[in-house]
Amino acid sequence: MKEPLRITLLRHAVLLAFVAISLYPVLNVISISLRPGDRLRSTDLSIIPPDWTFASYVKLFTEQPFLTWLGNSLVVSSVVTLTGVALASTAGYAFSRFQFIGRKATMLAILTTQMFPATMLLLPLYVLIARLGLVDTWLGLMVFYTATALPFCVWQMKGFYDTIPASLEEAARIDGCSRAQAFWHVVLPLATPGLVITALFSFMTAWSEYIVAAQVMQNESMFTLPLGIKGFQASLSSQWGLYAAASILVSLPVVAVFLALSKYLVNGLTVGSVKE
Amino acid sequence: MATVTLRDLHKRYPQGFHAVRGVSLDVRDGEFLVLVGPSGCGKSTTLRMVAGLEEVTDGEIRIGDRLVNDVAPGDRDIAMVFQNYALYPHLSVRENMAFGLRMRGTARAEIDRRVADAAAALSIEHLLARRPRELSGGQRQRVALGRAIVREPAVFLFDEPLSNLDAKLRVQMRAELARLHRRLGTTVIYVTHDQVEAMTLGDRIVLMNHGVIQQVDEPLAIYRRPANRFVASFIGSPTMNFFAGSIDDGRFRVADGMAGLSLDAEGGPLRPAPAVLGVRPEDFVVDGGAVPFTTAEVEVAEHLGHETLAHVSVGGASHVVRVPGDRAVSPGDRLSLGVRPGGAHLFAADDEGRRLN
Repeated sequence: MKEPLRITLLRHAVLLAFVAISLYPVLNVISISLRPGDRLRSTDLSIIPPDWTFASYVKLFTEQPFLTWLGNSLVVSSVVTLTGVALASTAGYAFSRFQFIGRKATMLAILTTQMFPATMLLLPLYVLIARLGLVDTWLGLMVFYTATALPFCVWQMKGFYDTIPASLEEAARIDGCSRAQAFWHVVLPLATPGLVITALFSFMTAWSEYIVAAQVMQNESMFTLPLGIKGFQASLSSQWGLYAAASILVSLPVVAVFLALSKYLVNGLTVGSVKE
Repeated sequence: MATVTLRDLHKRYPQGFHAVRGVSLDVRDGEFLVLVGPSGCGKSTTLRMVAGLEEVTDGEIRIGDRLVNDVAPGDRDIAMVFQNYALYPHLSVRENMAFGLRMRGTARAEIDRRVADAAAALSIEHLLARRPRELSGGQRQRVALGRAIVREPAVFLFDEPLSNLDAKLRVQMRAELARLHRRLGTTVIYVTHDQVEAMTLGDRIVLMNHGVIQQVDEPLAIYRRPANRFVASFIGSPTMNFFAGSIDDGRFRVADGMAGLSLDAEGGPLRPAPAVLGVRPEDFVVDGGAVPFTTAEVEVAEHLGHETLAHVSVGGASHVVRVPGDRAVSPGDRLSLGVRPGGAHLFAADDEGRRLN
């Protein structure tokens, strides 16, 4: 059936509006990062200003500890990602496949932690980290981020394992695998999309987080990117050029990771294994 | 190759469901044994306990002389084919078949040789590089078979391997399984709910219901002398006709008195008691020439060409009579029915329904 013209137009108008809403801030930041000096506001509507320059980018690498922050962020985010994937993949498997006392209660408890906004957890978690003597350490940040990302990841992985037929593992066990080998050789490869989502989520949690980092970290040489970049925004003279350039650079790795992993996010990896 | 021995096997689930109740069974070396029964009868659970996928609540399982109750599935020297194939979707057909050998550290050359042999035997050489999702249902089932064959196990376990295939493919694969068993000579335990598969494939059939073995025997023996009413009703299609009545003075009388049958008491005279008479549709003889039973009016006639299934009413209940295809039958006809000698099965009228004659 052919769609009436006005419906088509309306549909496209709505989509275009959302595209504009999504793209405008990004283009604006790109534009600001290319302006000379710290011109936040401009009457010029062009995305690339006539007098564009990479000066802000150059300054970021030469005059600011941007590379240090980048390194710090990479270390923290990578550890959080690895820990998240390792813990969520195993915990999710246990919840999906084993019946044990307290299984339901634990799952509910994990779900409950997701009901509170992260800012509400800030104080208790900070106290926790302070008592552990982890203030102003990366380990403190890592514990914090892993703890906040893990509940979602565990549920997510459990849901994913639930879709993998148990008979595949049984076949593997008859083929000579131990339970752990069946998990490693058969279940994990099939759970790749779930692992990718877990990895992305953990990485993002750590990569772009500011509020917690601002509480836990004090030493500037240990700052993660969001903390460092926030420093450009001073009360009297914000360095908007640097701020914008850094924002662009921060988002690039995330975009790259997304693009690299997106091919694993295809559904239907288990198609053809068993007859539904 | 090996024998499989089950001794007083029980499976009780934590929720209390008693799935298998005291199953004892001796599977002979090289035998094709079929476990058959309605769904929930415990046949799959029994098979899964032999495979090591279900824990044994009580009893013993021996493969050969070895007690395997606590042996891991991978160490029992068995291979299993699942109803849903259970192929590893991330591996090619070749890798699927080689997986079990690889896990056991078999040498590469030996793996290649065995996979090639099995693939040739199943005519799937051209599929070796494909993934399971690129295969049809029949091809997938062949690959699952291939994965079991390459292992050269002592015992093959089949869990309803053909029930996901369409009717035509099922007949084809059934014949192929029979050929395969004749060629390999390996002990097979095969679970199915399909009596045709059981009758055609099994050297012996084990019929189960409610977790209890009802009868163990060769297919024709089960067909000819079912041990109780459940077995009689399960084997045979269309199913056996049952008439409630009583034994009295060497005769069986149907409850409403309209029909009766004199019985040849082989194992001594039958005691007068309420009983149920079972007659298979093919054991009725139309137009005399057998022990006379009753006359009945045809309600529906299903012409199948080589035979006609006549639905008749006796004692208020509907029964099926198998009539040769060349005998004209139409609704409204009155048939005088006799029972072929040996075609009368008498069962106790109680719930157990044990065979009386």
